[in-house]
Formats: sequence, C-alpha cells, structure tokens
Amino acid sequence: MIDLAGEPLFGLPLPAIWFGLVFFVLGMFLFLDGFDFGIGILFATREDDHEKETLLAAIGPFWDGNEVWLVVFGGALFAAFPSVYANLFSRYYLLMFAILAALGLRGLAPEMYEEREDEQWRRYWGYSFVVGSALTPFLLGMFAINWLTGVGGIVSIPGVLGGLAVVALTVADGAAFLGLKTRGSLRDDASRHGIRAVAAYVGLVALTLVAIYVTTPGLQSALLSVPVIGLVLLSVLLAVGYVVATRQGEYHAAFATVAGLVAALVGVIATAMFPMVDRAAGVSVAAGIVSTLPLNLMTIMMAFLLPIVLSYFGVLYSVFSGPIDAEASYG
Amino acid sequence: MVDPVAASRLQFAVTTVVHIIFPVMSMGLAPFLIYFTWKEIRTGEAIYERLRRFWVKIFAVSFVVGTVTGLVLEFEFGTNFAAFSTFAGELFGGPLATEGMMAFMLEATFLGIFLYGRERVSDAFYFLASIAVGLGTWLSAVWILIANSWMQTPRGYELVNEGGQEAIRLTDPMAAYLNPRFQYMFVHMQNSAVESVALFMAGVAAYFVYKHYVRGQEIDNPAFWLKTLKIAIVALVITAPLQVLHGDLYARHVYETQPQKFAAMEALWETDTYVPEYIIAFPTDLSHILDPRAKELFGIGIPGGASWLASGGNPQAEIQGLNSFETEAPPVAIVFWAFRIMVGLGFWFILLAFWAAFRWHRGDLVDDDLLHKAFMGSSLLGIVAVETGWIVTEVGRQPWLIQDVLLTESGVSPDLTGAEATFTLAGFVGGYALLLVLYTYVIRRIIKHGPPEIDDGSESVDAPTDAPPEAEVSVDD
Repeated sequence: MIDLAGEPLFGLPLPAIWFGLVFFVLGMFLFLDGFDFGIGILFATREDDHEKETLLAAIGPFWDGNEVWLVVFGGALFAAFPSVYANLFSRYYLLMFAILAALGLRGLAPEMYEEREDEQWRRYWGYSFVVGSALTPFLLGMFAINWLTGVGGIVSIPGVLGGLAVVALTVADGAAFLGLKTRGSLRDDASRHGIRAVAAYVGLVALTLVAIYVTTPGLQSALLSVPVIGLVLLSVLLAVGYVVATRQGEYHAAFATVAGLVAALVGVIATAMFPMVDRAAGVSVAAGIVSTLPLNLMTIMMAFLLPIVLSYFGVLYSVFSGPIDAEASYG
Repeated sequence: MVDPVAASRLQFAVTTVVHIIFPVMSMGLAPFLIYFTWKEIRTGEAIYERLRRFWVKIFAVSFVVGTVTGLVLEFEFGTNFAAFSTFAGELFGGPLATEGMMAFMLEATFLGIFLYGRERVSDAFYFLASIAVGLGTWLSAVWILIANSWMQTPRGYELVNEGGQEAIRLTDPMAAYLNPRFQYMFVHMQNSAVESVALFMAGVAAYFVYKHYVRGQEIDNPAFWLKTLKIAIVALVITAPLQVLHGDLYARHVYETQPQKFAAMEALWETDTYVPEYIIAFPTDLSHILDPRAKELFGIGIPGGASWLASGGNPQAEIQGLNSFETEAPPVAIVFWAFRIMVGLGFWFILLAFWAAFRWHRGDLVDDDLLHKAFMGSSLLGIVAVETGWIVTEVGRQPWLIQDVLLTESGVSPDLTGAEATFTLAGFVGGYALLLVLYTYVIRRIIKHGPPEIDDGSESVDAPTDAPPEAEVSVDD
C-alpha cells in the first residue's frame, strides 16, 4: 500500500506538473473552443443565410465539449491551488462575470438563432453570437495576462493587448477549421481572414510582451529568458507556417500550426510566471499547492482520466470528420 | 447597496435556484432517452424514433442552458466565496475537477454524436452514445452531491492552522467523499429528477390527449402523445412512492445529523417530547407575521407526529428545539414552509400516479378529463418540489456553510465590495429572468411544433444521403 498522505506519488515534482497541467487545460480550451470563437467572429463576415447555417453546422457537434475544458480549468485550478483559485477569481471579480456573460451569450445565441427564421430575430441572435464569440477570447486574454502581471485593476494595457492577440488567434483558429469543414468561396474568404489574423496575432503578441516588459519590472528578466524568447521565435515560425499551409490548401497543417501557436502562448505565460503561481499575492507554486493526500488523489484521477477524455475527443472529431457541405462546393 | 455578504448569498441562491432546473431536466430525461434509443434500434418502430427525436431537443436546450448556468456556480465559489474556497478547497476542489473530467466531458462529447450523429455511426455505437450521455449526467450528480453532502455532514478531515489561518486538511478521502449524507442525497435527487420529468412529460402529453380524445379536436399525433403519457405514468408509478418512502428515511437522517435543521423544518423552538407534526403554523402576533424566526406559533398538527417521524415510530421521542443551539436559527418560516410544500407535493404525485394507473387499468385513461387537467396543472410541480427540497437543504443548514465548521458569513470573499456584489446580483436577476423567459419560449415552441414526421413504411431511419445542409444544422434532422 502506497502512503498517499506522505510523499508526492513516486517522488514526482507534482506541484510543477500540476502548474503545467493547469496551463495545458487552458491551452486545450483556447485551441478547441478557440475555433468556435473564431467561426463566431467570422460569422459577421457572411451575408448569405445558407453560409451562416453552414458555419453554425461546422461547430454544432463540437462546441459544447470544447467548452468543458474551461470547466476543467476552473476545477483543476481549484483542486490543485485552492487559494490561488479563490484569490484570482475574487480579485478579478467583474472580469470573471463578464467572461461568463460573454460565454453565455455565445452558447445561447446559436440555439436561439436556429429557433426562428424571421429576419429580425436572426439578425439579433446573429449579432449576439458574434459579440459573445469575440468578447469571450478577448476577456480571457485579459484575464491570462492580468494573472501573469498581477495587476490590481481589471483593465491594463498589457491585458487589453493580450486580449486582442487572443481574439486574433481564435480567428486564425476558426479559419483553419473552416478550411477543413467548408469548400468554395466560404473557405477562400475564411483563409484570407485567417492569414490577416495570424499576422495581426504576431504583432499583437510582440506589443503585449513589450507592454509587460515596460509596465512590470518584476517580469523583465523572465521575459528575456531563453525559453520565452525561444517560444516567441517559434511562434513567428509557426505563423509563417500557417500562412504557407493555408495558401497551399494544407488545412490540416494550418490547423496544427494553430495548436502550436496556442501551446507557445500558454507556454510563454506559464514560463514567465513560474515559479510563482499568483504574483499579486506573492504565492509560489510550492506554497500554493494543495496538501499531499488530495494532490496524489487528483494526480491518480488525472492520469487515469486524461487519456480517456482525449480519446472521447478523438472519437467525436473522427465521427464528424470531413466537410459539412460537400454538395455546395464547386463541382 | 447590499452588503457583500448578503449580496453574495442572494446571488448564489438566485443562480442555484435557476440552475437546478436544467440538470433536473437533463438527468431526468436521460433514462427515457436511453430507453427510446434502445427500443428504436431493437424494434425499428417509428414511434420510438419520434419519441427520441422529440425529447432529445428538450434535452439539448436544457443541456446548453445548464452548461451556461453551471459554469457560473463553479466560478462563484472563487469570486464570491473565496474564503470558503481557500478554507475548504482541499476537499471541495477535487470533486469539482473530477466532475469535469469524469462526467461533464463524457456527456458533452457524446452529446455531439447523440444529437448530430445518427446517420454517421452504427446502431450499436449510437446506443452506446446515448448511454454515455446519460451516464455523464448522472456521474455529474455523483460528484456535485459529494461536494454538497460533505457540507451537510463533513467527515474525513481535520482542522489545521497554517500561518495563522485555519483550513481543512483532508485525512480520509473515503470517509469524506462517502460521507453519511451522500447516499441519501443521491437517491433523493436522482429519483426526483426522473419523477419531475415524468410529470412534465405527462403534463405535456395530457394536454394533447385531452385536446384530441376529450375535446375531439384534430391533432397531428394522437398516438404519439398517448404513448408519451403512458410511459410517463409508468415512470411516475415507480418514482412517486419511492420518493416519499425514501424521504421518510432522509428526514430521520437529517434529525440524527443536523438537529438544528430538523428543528427548523418543524418550527420547534423549545426542546420537547410529543412534538406535533404541524400541517400549518403561523405567528400568533401580527407584528411578527413577516418574521421568519417568529417564536409564538399557532399551528394545526398531528400530535406526536414530528417525534414519530424523527425517531422512526416513537411519538414520545424528544426533539431538540432551536433555542438549545448556540448559533442563530435558520430562517425558520422558509424552511418550515418549503418542507411542507415539498412533502405535500410528494403525496399529491403518488395520488396522481395511482389515479392514472387505475384509469389505465380500467381502460378509460383517455376519457378522464379531470385527470388530464390534473396532469396539466402538475407538469411543473415536480420542479417546484425539487426547488423547495433544495431550499430545505441549503437554507436549513444556515447559519452554517459547512455544518458546525464554517459560518456562511465567514466564507465570503474578504475583499469583495458591496458595489461589485450588488452590481452582479442585479445583473443575474435581470439576466436569469431573461434566460428563463427564453428557455420557456423555446420549450413551448418545441412542444407546439410536435414530434418530427418520419417516412412511414420504411423501417430504415437513414436520412437521404444528400440531405441539404440545413438538415445537419438542426437537432431534429
């Protein structure tokens, strides 16, 4: 019988692993629900009702599952770093509720949109869908950057820039997903928007990092560390890869580069933050971690369930692989 | 401006009272949907496909709104009850994270297949998807109720002092997770969800059955609605008596583990024997009429009833009164009346179930217009019973957030301002009112629209291979 209350399981560095896991889950959410948000934003660029329906159909089976990664993010943070979860969520009180409101709007709008066919109803819920889809990643980006810098208020220059960067990233994400799911002018237009968005993303990330550097002296050395610079350079390469892949019609590759971009982004935030987990409260990963017994239990739970959960997504995406509207493409 | 403690409590009350409606709908519908799917695949009869496709729409809307409102609750532990989350996070965070990974993920991913994938997967796989969705909803309840029941009967922990701050330390996970209350809560909640959905189905079906068979009006699908009504009656005959019998055990358990809550349920101030079970009770002094903690009560009740209930058969048993506790009593009137409404409804549902079963047995189910009207009037009463039950549970636990361990007022975020809390409270009251209106609107439309038409004659449920894209978008393709 292993003594679960005594030592971290197998002597593993569990606090650091859980710190990484929390960011992994956040990254999964940004990547997967990111394409839903991006498609929601691109919804604004379409006039034709049939095309709009196609966009909704593209995310239909997926978005609910994708959103659960945010639930797990909250749960994992709560379980592994309870005081950090409590401090962070109460510090950015209004921001958290703004995220919930935006996410609620995004979730409700497609359901409502489908409900009736008259123009005014659809126009209103169409707007709601776009606004919810754009605001959620913006506010989440603000939250992530504020968490990193530990700024007291909700609105900060790095936060706003970071929010915009995440919005751009989700547009690129959505465009790449539409590359896989649609054909014809819808896909071509989405690709053009995606290329612009990924270029904007690189610029905005650079601006965000400069703004953090200027406003947060405590993070300057972290930002100039080798891993952070490496991840930033990697992001530039991935963005170039996105453009090349999209131009050549290699949408799987383009989608994969977005996954890389998201991983690099959460990687930068996590690396710059470590070994702290809540700079504003001065709490380090080692100090904020939950005690050994629940930590070990949660680790067993995650080790067991994470591969299973990932396989659910594998099944879901393979069942609905391929374009949604093959008939309507050029023939 | 409301003070942050009161605003946080009110906000949590509003957000949970609204949220619980949607999990009740999805947890309650889950077994029906699994049954319809199984019958559809086994028999190939069109009616089961129609039943599935009709009720899955209501499931889907409930699930979406449940996701939106459920995420709010998870966030609120951090935003509004940061002190509680820090204090008890060790015990509380784990079940929430596990719920996400073990239950919610299963439900949400397979729901995509269950809603949109009928033609894309084999029959067997589709049936498995229906089970995965149903299992997901029920596993969610397991972990959420583990967290909640631990707040009622906390076990498996010790109090430690870390740098001047008291906190909970988990010592025995089995004792904590499988605390004494958990099994009572789980059975009571899940059975009530199925019962509530059965009542809702029966009410909706009775409306159409009444319209057609009693009033003689032409409707599209009389056979569909009669079948729905019969399935609902079967479910009700099983769940309604079980709920009341189990409720009796549950009440005794509350008496043994949370005597203060039990005293509030009975509005008993002084410790006494031969305590009556009041059917109704009012303050004798008019100036206290709006005071939930009024002490001078006039009541009509069954002599020795509460003692009998608490002890499991002894009308002489002594029950501790509210005055014998050091802490302030919970808002007694709320707990007292909520308990009575819940119990009263529980008995009414039994009556309804047997009345319907009797008529069905006699072969004149469709003719009894009074029964149909009773079903129509009761369609939302299952939800009311669930709401009042949770009010007894949560308001009755006050002033404790964790029974005998942490006071609610000590759990609120220390830095939260009254302005912030009042602002979000107002936002929730407005936003959730709108949400309920929209939800009701959509459900009404789904019902009005009725079950989908299916090509008869063809046993196959495959859609044409080149279905128009619209068909893929909507749930009812």
